[in-house]
Amino acid sequence: MSQERVSLSKARQQWIGWQRILRVQRPGDLFFRGITLLFVLIVLGLVAGTAWILISNSLPTIRRFGFSFLTNKAFDPVHDVYGVLPAIFGTLMTSAFALIFAVPLGLGAAIFLVDFCPRSLRLVLAFLIDLLAAIPSVIYGLWGFLVLAPWLHNAGEPWLQQHLGFLPLFAGQPEGVGYLGAGIVLTMMILPLIISVSREVMLVTPIAQREALLALGATRWEVIRHAVLPFARVGILGGVILALGRALGETMAVTMIIGNQANEPSLSLFTPGYTLASVIANQFGEATPGLFLSAIIEAGLILFIITLITNILARWLIASLQRQAQGSRGGRP
Amino acid sequence: MTPFTPSLRHRGRPRLRYLGALLLLGLLALLAACGNSSSGGTTTGSGSTCPSTKQLTGAGSTFDNPLFSKMFQEYPKVQCGINVNYQAVGSGAGINNLLQHIVDFGATDAPMTNDQLNKSTSGPILHIPITIGAVAISYNLSGVSQLKLTGPILAAIYEGKITTWDDPQIKAINGGLNLPHKNITVVHRSDGSGTTSIFTHYLSAVSPDWQSKVGAGTTVNWPTGVGAKGSSGVAGQVKNTDGAIGYVELSYVLANNIPYALLQNAAGKFVAPSLDSAKADAESFSNIPADLRFYIVNGSGDNAYPITGFSWVVVYQNQSNSDKGQALARLLWWMVHDGQQYAQPLNYVPLPDTIVSKDEAQIKAMRCGSSACYSGS
Repeated sequence: MSQERVSLSKARQQWIGWQRILRVQRPGDLFFRGITLLFVLIVLGLVAGTAWILISNSLPTIRRFGFSFLTNKAFDPVHDVYGVLPAIFGTLMTSAFALIFAVPLGLGAAIFLVDFCPRSLRLVLAFLIDLLAAIPSVIYGLWGFLVLAPWLHNAGEPWLQQHLGFLPLFAGQPEGVGYLGAGIVLTMMILPLIISVSREVMLVTPIAQREALLALGATRWEVIRHAVLPFARVGILGGVILALGRALGETMAVTMIIGNQANEPSLSLFTPGYTLASVIANQFGEATPGLFLSAIIEAGLILFIITLITNILARWLIASLQRQAQGSRGGRP
Repeated sequence: MTPFTPSLRHRGRPRLRYLGALLLLGLLALLAACGNSSSGGTTTGSGSTCPSTKQLTGAGSTFDNPLFSKMFQEYPKVQCGINVNYQAVGSGAGINNLLQHIVDFGATDAPMTNDQLNKSTSGPILHIPITIGAVAISYNLSGVSQLKLTGPILAAIYEGKITTWDDPQIKAINGGLNLPHKNITVVHRSDGSGTTSIFTHYLSAVSPDWQSKVGAGTTVNWPTGVGAKGSSGVAGQVKNTDGAIGYVELSYVLANNIPYALLQNAAGKFVAPSLDSAKADAESFSNIPADLRFYIVNGSGDNAYPITGFSWVVVYQNQSNSDKGQALARLLWWMVHDGQQYAQPLNYVPLPDTIVSKDEAQIKAMRCGSSACYSGS
């Protein structure tokens, strides 16, 4: 019943939309529409152009190595053999690490800011967190290189190994730089993003819903669990996707602390590794035309595809969440 | 009636303002155009006849950048006011820019390969050694100074075959030192660089195993270790990590007082890296190929520091624009002669006389149409 109503109203909306487009309009409106359409087309053109340049310039390595480019460990300009398996693994590994830590931390912080924080403190904290998001990534990289890595090498990693060394995550020689350091820096970089977005969407939870739950005798946690989070989850997910995008593509900070060594993919967080973005940042300056340059551009293409896939998955997830939300509420007026 | 008048006025004003802005822009463009054309005439300078070219562009090696900055700051003062715009984009990018005719000259720490030379669409490319760089082995080992190393040991460390500081091979040549049982953290450059090229050519020269497994180039597939970006990155990583070893270009080491190891040269002597020992290495080569594309690692001579290499300027032999070609030849001539005075204060090794005379021949070989680009003697 409710599903039908939703689809009916959708069809009606579409019809109205078409009517609007087809209706004869004043020249000013038409002109404005044309201009804005042009802007959209320019953006689309840029994306298509980027994809085209990446594909056409990486053809030499695609033809030469084919699928083995994705599975080969060595990136070896001396012998003209290229593969980016360690970089793909490192990109996914560090981004996943950052999300695993940043999402709960960020959500918790946002909940505190929205529901528990004294009003006087809230503005200051929110401002400081937004400020964190504005720090250039190279500063995080410097901090990672000069402060975090030495500390990890001398104290952090040996401690982890001593107490949790039975886990494969903490095996191997502590080097200071590696997946662990890169993951921590990335976590710090995407945390403010997640906090800011989550806070904004939680703030707009209808007050009536909160009050309704409170009136039923719900605790604060239950209000958050049943009113705020369901309302905000689409927005929060959007923030997480933004953060993931930043983590996948982050170049400067990661390059400074990941160790830049094409090691075999390994579960150990102590391993120095590589990411796609840092391969490009490191090698582009000295790359010579031919297979070398093509390999770097193909690394860019793979990063482009990974970002595309995660974005499509995210859209799909958001859409299904929205459908679910509408379904459970019987369609919002 | 009254509510309409202000809105009309509001409409009029911004338009006028835009018009004004447009006019101003047009005027500025006109002025800029005039300025350009008026500065195109001849200005006076020392020397016989000045070429009308007032601007040369180059791109490439970051290693050369401090020296080139100084040289190109001084050059317009002594020579016809010719400005040189140099972009330190990296040796590889400099070669690419030259091949794409974006710049008048490239600068590189590794000579162009035959493959790269074949990509030229404007005929042969000349290599002109412009300065000499050396690579120091930096280490961080608390309580240990004056560490001695040999080439084969260094290669074994970078291959991951020697993993601790108290390895018998290291102990054998460091009699008096108390070497700790500590893991060696191998640090290398993560970005492609001429320093890496010189270093790996040295390792290839002293270790057949390295040559067959890893080889030499601006970027290699490192068997072990961690990569750090730039000289400062490697030096910082070594400084931060107890038990680390890394290779850093000499000028950076000298400027920042970084501890370095003594290295055994081909004559069996342990030598510290310095401007003198690097020059001694360069001077020890007598059998110089005509195209000047050669490595000077592991030179003979008691005082020669073995990890040493040239940095080259690369130019087209046949200059399509003869006026520009003359200006370029004049610049290069100055760089290998008077310009060398700026090398030593900036911790670069000045060119030995044997190389300067070879450079002169290269510059004289540059052709501008039917005649030579360089007109002096």
